[in-house]
Formats: sequence, C-alpha cells, structure tokens
Amino acid sequence: MKPAVNKTVSLDDPVIDEDGPLYVAQSKVYPQSVHGTFRTIKWRLMVVCLGIYYLLPFVRWHRGLGAPDQAVLLDFPNRRFYFFFIELWPQELYYFTGLLVLAAMVLFLMNALGGRMWCGYLCPQTVWTDLFYALERWVEGDRRDRLKAAARPMTAGRAARRVLKHAIWLMIAWWTGGAWVLYFADAPTLVRDLATFQAPAIGYIWIGVLTASTYLLAGYMREQVCVYMCPWPRIQAALTDEWALNVTYKYDRGEQRCSLKKSFDLRARAERAGDCIDCNQCAAVCPTGIDIRNGAQLGCIQCGLCIDACDAVMRKIGRKTGLIGYDNDINIRRRMDGRSELFKPVRPRTLVYALLIAVVCAAMLYGLLSRTLLDLSVLHDRNPVAVRLSDGSVRNGYTVRLLNKRGFDRVIAIDVDGPPETSVHVVGADSVTVDRPMIVLARDTTTELRVLLTAPVDDKSQRSMPVKFRVTDIGLGEVASSMDHFVLP
Amino acid sequence: MPEHNDIDHISGRSTTGHEWDGIKELNTPLPRWWILSFYATILWAIGYWVVYPAWPLFSSYTTGVFDYSTRASVVDELAGLEKLRGEKMAVLGKASLIEIEKDPGLLGLARARGKTVFADNCAPCHGSGGAGAKGYPNLNDDDWLWGGSLDQILQTIQFGARSGHAKAHEGQMLAFGRDGILTKTEIVTVANYVRSLSGLTTTANFDAAAGTRIFAENCAVCHGENAKGNQALGAPNLTDRIWLYGSDEDTLVETISYGRGGIMPAWSGRLDPVTVKALAVYVHSLGGGQ
Repeated sequence: MKPAVNKTVSLDDPVIDEDGPLYVAQSKVYPQSVHGTFRTIKWRLMVVCLGIYYLLPFVRWHRGLGAPDQAVLLDFPNRRFYFFFIELWPQELYYFTGLLVLAAMVLFLMNALGGRMWCGYLCPQTVWTDLFYALERWVEGDRRDRLKAAARPMTAGRAARRVLKHAIWLMIAWWTGGAWVLYFADAPTLVRDLATFQAPAIGYIWIGVLTASTYLLAGYMREQVCVYMCPWPRIQAALTDEWALNVTYKYDRGEQRCSLKKSFDLRARAERAGDCIDCNQCAAVCPTGIDIRNGAQLGCIQCGLCIDACDAVMRKIGRKTGLIGYDNDINIRRRMDGRSELFKPVRPRTLVYALLIAVVCAAMLYGLLSRTLLDLSVLHDRNPVAVRLSDGSVRNGYTVRLLNKRGFDRVIAIDVDGPPETSVHVVGADSVTVDRPMIVLARDTTTELRVLLTAPVDDKSQRSMPVKFRVTDIGLGEVASSMDHFVLP
Repeated sequence: MPEHNDIDHISGRSTTGHEWDGIKELNTPLPRWWILSFYATILWAIGYWVVYPAWPLFSSYTTGVFDYSTRASVVDELAGLEKLRGEKMAVLGKASLIEIEKDPGLLGLARARGKTVFADNCAPCHGSGGAGAKGYPNLNDDDWLWGGSLDQILQTIQFGARSGHAKAHEGQMLAFGRDGILTKTEIVTVANYVRSLSGLTTTANFDAAAGTRIFAENCAVCHGENAKGNQALGAPNLTDRIWLYGSDEDTLVETISYGRGGIMPAWSGRLDPVTVKALAVYVHSLGGGQ
C-alpha cells in the first residue's frame, strides 16, 4: 500500500522521487470538480478534439464527377486516401510515415518544453476519461457525495443514477465507435445504411469493438491505462531533461507544511512556515489519484488540475498563487540559493527537435508539391533480357505501368530516347501510330503496357545502353519520364 | 520469493529480497484486472481446445466442435476463385483474338492467365520467359516455324506439331546421311553452303557450285529455292540469324545427317479452349507476334 503522503520531508530528501502511487492500482479514484485556467483550457481542447473527431466525416469536399466528395476518407476497397485537397495512392504511403515521424518529433518537442502536455490535454484516453468523469459527477455528484455514498448501502435512487450514468457512457462510446467507421466510407450513406441495417457486418463489428473499448477504457480502466498499459510514460521519462517544465510542487515554498493557524503562530514568532497548508485539494482533484507533492512521478499526466485547485486555495487564504505550477528542480534550487529563476526553452534539445520538425515538414511539403499526377514506372524483362531477331537486330521488352492520378481520362504519347533508329511498339496499340504510340489512360487508375523496343545494333554497339521513356499528356502537356537500359543478348 | 520479510524503509513496502549493488527490488503486486485478464486467457485457451482442432491423438487429432479445418477452407476459397475466374474467362471466350489484343482490359486478363498457364505447361521446354533452348523455339523472336499470327499460334498450341493429333502440323527434316541419300562429303559441302547463305564463314576449300547443286536437288523442295523456308511444312528460314539447333558446321552436319523432328504436343484436349486462347494471346504478346 501507499505510504502516508503527509509525512514530513526535508528539502533534499530523495524520497520526493519515489514512485509511490504506481502501486495503489486497485484504489478507485474520485476526482473532485475544479475551476480555473487549466480546467478551462482542458474544456476547450476537449470540445475541439471531440468536435473534430465526431464531425469531420460529414465535411464535404468537391472533387469532380465520379470521385468521392468526403473531405477525409480512407477508401480501402479502392485503395485511395483522401484528405481535403490531397488524394494519396497506396504507393504514397510514405506521407503517412512522414506524418508519424512528425507526430513523434512534435511529441518530443512538447515534452522538452512542457513535459507531458500530450498526456494531460490531448491524448484520447485523457479526453474521453475527462468527459466520462464530468458526466459521472453530473449524474452521481461530486467527490464528497460519491465517497459518502460508496460507504453506505445501495439505495433505489443511487441505483437509478448509476444505471443512467452507464447508459450515457454507453451512448457516447457507441457514438465514438460509430464516428470511427464513418472515416472509411461515405458518411451520410453509411449512416443511412447503418440505421436501416443495410450496412456491411464489418461496420457493426467495428462499432461494437470501439464502443466496448471506449466504455471500458474511459469508464473503468482510466488511469490504469496511463500507469500500466501506455509505453509513453516510460519513454517520456527517458527523454526528459532537467530544463523541461513539469507540473511541480514548489517545495522550496511549500515546506514545512502546516495548518493556516499554526503557520500564523510560527511566523509571528519569526520561524519558518511553508505556504502549503496541507489541505490536500491538489490530491483530491487529481484524475490519476496521486499526490503531486511527492514530486515527478509516473502516474502524473500533468493535466494542471492541481494547479487550479491550489491556486483557488491560495487566493482564498490570501497567499501568492503558483505554489504548484510549471517549474523544474533547477529553479527550485536556484530560489533556495537566493538566485533568480531561469527558464531555457531554447536549448540544443529543443532546437534539434524543432529543426527535425522543420526538415520533415519541408520534405513532405516538397514531396506533395513536386509529385506528378502523371507517372510511369518501367520494368525491363528479366527473361529473356534481350532477343535477337532474324535480321540481326535486337529487341528488348519492358513492362510499363502508367499512373493517371487525375479525375478524368486522358491521351498520352510515348516517346523513347534510346539507341539510334529504335522503333517502339506497344502490344495492342494501333500500328498506325507505331512511331509515337498514343494510349488512353482511364481516370484515377493505372494502365500496364507491354512495350517492345527494337534497334538495329552491330557488334560494335555497347552491351548496355541507356533508354529514356517519356510520356506526354497530349492535352495538358504534363510530362513524366523514367530511365532504363537497352541490353544486347 | 522473498526469503525474509525485508521492508524497504523509504517506501515502507516489502522487497523481493533480491539485491544488486545495494539496490533492492520492491515487491510489486500486479493489479487485479491484470491477473483476471491472465485467467481469462487461460479460459479462452481451454475454449479454443474445445471448438478448434487442438490435441494430437495416436492416429488422428481432436477435431473440435466447430468442425473447422484449414484444408476445407482452402477448398472453399479455391472453389470461389474458380467461380470468379469462370465469369471473367467467359468474356475472353466470347471475344475474338484480335478483340482481346485491342482491349487493354481483356489483354491484361489474357496475359495474366496466359502467363500462369505458360509457367505450368510450356516453361519446361520453352523456358519461363519463352526464350527457348536448343531444339525448343524462342517465342520472343520474329522467326516462326509454323507462323506467328494470332491464329497460327493458336492453331499450333491447339494441335501441336508432329504430335499425333489429326490436325497437327506435319513435316520432317530427313536423315540425309543415315538414310544414304547424301554422302558424308556432300553433307559437309551443303552444310557450308547453308552457312554461306546467312553470311557465316565457310571452310577454305568449300565448293560453292556443288553446294548450290546439292541444295537445289535435295533441300529446296521444303526450304525453298531461296532458302527462306516454308511455314506450311515447318521448314525454317536458313538465311536469317536464328538457328533452332545451332549454326556451327558440326551441328549442321548432324542435322542434315540424322534429320530433326521436334515434337510440340497438342494442348486442345488438356487445356480448355479459353485457356488455350489466353495462351495464344500471351505468346503473341511476348514480342514476336505478327
């Protein structure tokens, strides 16, 4: 079990780093409601995050006839991924890799600047748990009422409220699962199909799975997810440094803790008394049930609610706010030594992260802007690599795959720069245009061609000669090219 | 397990009794839900044994109440595949060979089907890419024994050459030496003559006039006056750069002495008509098709 939290600690005591609350896994947390700056920030972020999640599938984006008009759509059956003005093909999955790299770097930078900002404000586990806690307080009452009720036998009224709470939770969980599947098909159609039981079974299965996971994770597992399941707290602890700002109990100011009355007495006698009056409000509002005064710890998701709680108390008793705040041990020691506070948001670590973010962003932006909507890839025949014809000339075969990423059909011409007098033949293409074969590319798809190059070569020719395939959109003038080789038998 | 109830004085909790360089490990019990999840997985495993094939017996195994077998599901999937393929292949069956080659979709389908069938049936002789080998024609080049148009290729695949099928291509390179039609000297002379037709070097004392005469009397019947060959008889063009068995003098002497008569099997009875059609389009598209 957890040790007593209010035992006296000296300022240099390493006890402050102990990870005590990690091991009180079974004790249920009853966080108290709180008001203040960070609570307001959290409410607003919750509205933004959940708003985006639930409503984004319904945002429309016109892409022309025959193409889906959903702004964000992961169309797996057709292997297309739509994000507003961007349409990605499966072979462009590296943009997602880029996004993941970017996400990791932003996470690291946030961590270097302000600790577990992701955990405290933005993580889905935090957002949904926060929402579920709020509903729990709204239906069953605040911390005090629920603690009191928990110690008494069940009544009909309480049972009714509990049923109501779970009903609301399940409804939100179901809505969460429902919104999830809307990202994978046309949302309005799917909503209608789901409602009339016409939707494919996999849709209902996924809604069921996500309903269950949301209900269990946000309703029951809560801080257990952060403490036992999530890898990020472990990684975060290894990535952090002494300059990162974390939600910190400023023990230089707070210790020795003593009651308000006793602190007056002590101060009247010109003896030292800390600002912390040991009211335990910081622990009461904590959604993971820890005591911030034990120092930085794995269970702390750094949501800032203890800051709001402590500031409210400090205001009430007329003391300076900020006994708990974004701070670090360096400044605690500097203040204890009588030096001024020092913050270093710009340091090699943050600069490197920011630089990496800029590089990845620039690379992705360049990739997006420079990518062509007409492309080709050329694969030389491997067996046989070259064929000797009856007149002594040599023929090489290639598989050419053309990509038309535009939403309309178009005609392209194929030109080849190769050995002198190379003739081009596309299997199946009209023989009239054999010198410059014209091909119709269907909209938003790929076309595979078998292209044969024949060149009159003599014994003095090189064994391998470069060949450039160039395709030109007759209408738009778009050009794409690819290099390969023409080889002799 | 802790050997003694060692209490860590900082946290007030018991330790495991293990110590490394003065660092002790706290005894940290798992959360209850974790333990319950673990028991649930055990129950799940037992349930799995009941419903799925699990335990080996002496001569068989427990089949499970779901009666599931991977083999049966593969059979089901293959049946589904054949059904799907049948629908697609029916389209190929209706279209003519030219139509298939002109339609990118049908061409792709025929090539895909043809490639698989080629690998299964033709590759042992003609090579996986159709490049052939000595005695087995290269299907990528423009030299055809029996004709390189779509229809001719289809016919050759259907009925074969010297296959015994009633409609098979017939035609034989005679054994001029073994059967005593030509003498050894005459054979060497005509072999050199044939080499000279396609610009290959000849032996120093080669009698060109005799070669011309021997060729006209014995070979021109099938290979033609100008030695350009005759596809009706499967007689190859002797003036080009492509040689089925080789162009060196020894090989030519062997060919003329003992004759040749490679066999192409008839596939019409072994493969269904649509598959043969796809195969013809595939071979035609390799590059040599005319």
